[in-house]
Amino acid sequence: MSATDATILIDEVQVPFAPGQTILEAALSAGVYIPHLCHHPEFEPHGSCKLCSVVVNGRNASACTMKAAAGQEVEVDTPDLHAYRRTLVQMLFVEGNHFCPGCEKSGNCQLQALAYDSEMMTPHFVEFYPRRPVDASHPDVLLDFNRCIQCELCVRASRDIDGKSVFALAGRGMASHIIVNSPTGKLGDTNFSAADKAAHVCPVGAILIKRVGFSTPIGERLYDLEPISEEATRCAVGGEK
Amino acid sequence: MAAEGDVVAQVLRRRANPTELLQILRETQEKLGWISPETGRAIASALGVPATRVESVVEFYSFLYDRPQGRYRILFSDNITDRMLGSLALFEHMLKRLKLKRGEVSPDDGVSVDLTSCTGMCDQGPAVLVNSRAVTRLTARRVDEICDLVRGGVPIAEWSSDYFRVEDNVRRADALLGSRYEPGSALSAAIALGRQGMLDEMKRSNLRGRGGAGFTTAVKWESCRNAPGADRFIVCNADEGEPGTFKDRVLLASYPERVFEGMAIAGFVVGAARGLLYLRGEYRYLLEPLMAKLEAMRRGRLLGASICGAQGFDFDIDIHLGAGAYICGEESALIESLEGKPGKPRIRPPFPVTVGYLGKPTVVNNVETLAQATEIALYGGRTFAGRGTRRSSGTKILSVSGDCARPGLYEYPFGVRVEQVLKDCGTSDVAAVQVSGPSGVCLTPDEFRRHVAFEDVPTAGAFMVFGKDRDLFEVARNFAHFFAHESCGFCTPCRVGTTLMRDALDKIADGRGSRYEINDLMRLAELLRRTSHCGLGQTAGNPVRDTWAKFRPAYERRLIRGEFDPAVDLDAALARAREIAGRDDAAAHIGAEA
Repeated sequence: MSATDATILIDEVQVPFAPGQTILEAALSAGVYIPHLCHHPEFEPHGSCKLCSVVVNGRNASACTMKAAAGQEVEVDTPDLHAYRRTLVQMLFVEGNHFCPGCEKSGNCQLQALAYDSEMMTPHFVEFYPRRPVDASHPDVLLDFNRCIQCELCVRASRDIDGKSVFALAGRGMASHIIVNSPTGKLGDTNFSAADKAAHVCPVGAILIKRVGFSTPIGERLYDLEPISEEATRCAVGGEK
Repeated sequence: MAAEGDVVAQVLRRRANPTELLQILRETQEKLGWISPETGRAIASALGVPATRVESVVEFYSFLYDRPQGRYRILFSDNITDRMLGSLALFEHMLKRLKLKRGEVSPDDGVSVDLTSCTGMCDQGPAVLVNSRAVTRLTARRVDEICDLVRGGVPIAEWSSDYFRVEDNVRRADALLGSRYEPGSALSAAIALGRQGMLDEMKRSNLRGRGGAGFTTAVKWESCRNAPGADRFIVCNADEGEPGTFKDRVLLASYPERVFEGMAIAGFVVGAARGLLYLRGEYRYLLEPLMAKLEAMRRGRLLGASICGAQGFDFDIDIHLGAGAYICGEESALIESLEGKPGKPRIRPPFPVTVGYLGKPTVVNNVETLAQATEIALYGGRTFAGRGTRRSSGTKILSVSGDCARPGLYEYPFGVRVEQVLKDCGTSDVAAVQVSGPSGVCLTPDEFRRHVAFEDVPTAGAFMVFGKDRDLFEVARNFAHFFAHESCGFCTPCRVGTTLMRDALDKIADGRGSRYEINDLMRLAELLRRTSHCGLGQTAGNPVRDTWAKFRPAYERRLIRGEFDPAVDLDAALARAREIAGRDDAAAHIGAEA
């Protein structure tokens, strides 16, 4: 395959890709932003949040799971896709309990940042207000399931990188929820550590390291300084994150 | 506790692989009634998997229980066809007689009564499952009798066998249901054709998958055969969960040798030595007869090593039971379930033909598809392709239910007009037909001249008839509840969207919906269609879209005129406060005087 063959067209921008790359990976490496939540560069594609929904040669697809292939024409920032993304973010807001002003993740939260990115002004739908208990049993880490969006990044990190399988997703449909692998179901009774990868992958404020919540004041945090679309592509291009 | 330990040990003696977790849990539960945390941990540690793995499986499947269920667990099939036969009144009647609330276990009799998704008895409903055994043709009298049996503590084995009688109701038989069949004849014919010869006949037949998607079977078989790797598998999808569908029930009850021989023929062509039948949990009662049939086939050398004496043709079949999850009808979710996991659809591609069961090349075919492979072996692809239409060859079995005189199975050559089916099953004044279940399409009389075929009205088999007096809004609402209950929860649009749609329809049913809810519903249906991970979410909005387009008055008479009515009912929100204050006077209500 020649170099010119290995490109795709994203919203009319030529984007090169390496063999095996997904559309999302190719886009981010080229500095083109496609919104995403459950994707993390260090993990296998998951494809559950659907924020990276795009249209590839006229067909609906998830940019994070579809491999880039020469000749693809990918639509990302069309009015309808933009509106769908906003609705998906709204869905994630109403199914959990997300109160940004009182959340210590505010400013570092990808869900909040995507709400800004998708120009969400209200949650639109009726809030579900689920009852989800907080687990503060661990000395160094707080679990606040109210904010969980079920991206399974902690499940994947704990299983695939930490080798501990501390977390799992149980239940079906709206009853899906994260469970903790200990006889009591409490994090404090596991071998989980604040040094685990799984303690640092949560895109929202469901897994929080204790005692550092406000070391950076609100207003000076990641997405306070830079919109997620710029932060994500800068990190991908610079190879950080 | 010792007894629990014994049961677990006994089950694990025969099955000790984590991929068999679902079967281990199901068999353990059949003995113990539920999976206690201790039982779950014992199983997890014996298998060397995290306890959370067991928990996630138990919580995923409707028929696995992490709480004691009592001696009798009664589940009313809640398909719209059961409702049309009066199931809800019978359900309420039983709850009242047993002084129970829905889902709760009575302390004295150890009985619970609840609703469940369609159990595949739509031609002889209302139906219930009693400890996973199907009871059909429920009447008020039968409900009373069951209440007496339950109160008297009579073991189910002593109940009248008439309760458990399941009729085939074959009303129109054609090439498949109507032909005499000599066991082993299709296998011998396939062996005579040879592996390539049989595949060539399959190509000539142009047989397309009967599960609804209509993928060409020969292409699937050939791709699997050509996929790199040593082991291959043939999976028969008998997770017949689409509400209104019950043809596979009859094929498995009365034509099992054709299904099993079809699997063996597929194994012969693709070079697979092992087949798995995924039987939906609702058809648990078919397990023993099917196991006996497999045993008889082994004795007759129709399964096992050197089938029919053909050297190198080794094939055998295991049966795997589902446990109440519609999503497992999706082929990659079904494979996950076969591997002992929650049934969540995989990312595709890769497709099962290259990466399937245990990561090996796997053919997943519908029961009817495999049964029809025996026809092709016997009579050749050309004969098969001679029936039906050019793009939809052969015959199709329809599961007809609802407002008709003769519900049951109707086998037609593809291309039959909807109106012909309606005539044959005995209908008058039909308002609508739901073809292929909730995920299919709702047809109105001006469309009854359309043809059942992949190129016109494709179907997995369900054909539910609604008479002029039926309320199509309630049909759509029943389907919305079904999808919200069955969404696996993996992707955001389906997990949250099916619940939002259900709630919007409930609000409209409550007389509090407006155009605002309709706009939301239409927007959600389109969002789900375009962004959901699998077919469940992609089609979940179909019923509300179809019925809004075709039965608008059913909605409009419920809508309020205003722009919007808030979802929060302020007066209802005060109910708890009134209870605490011990008041119920007019002044304790909001808006009563308005």
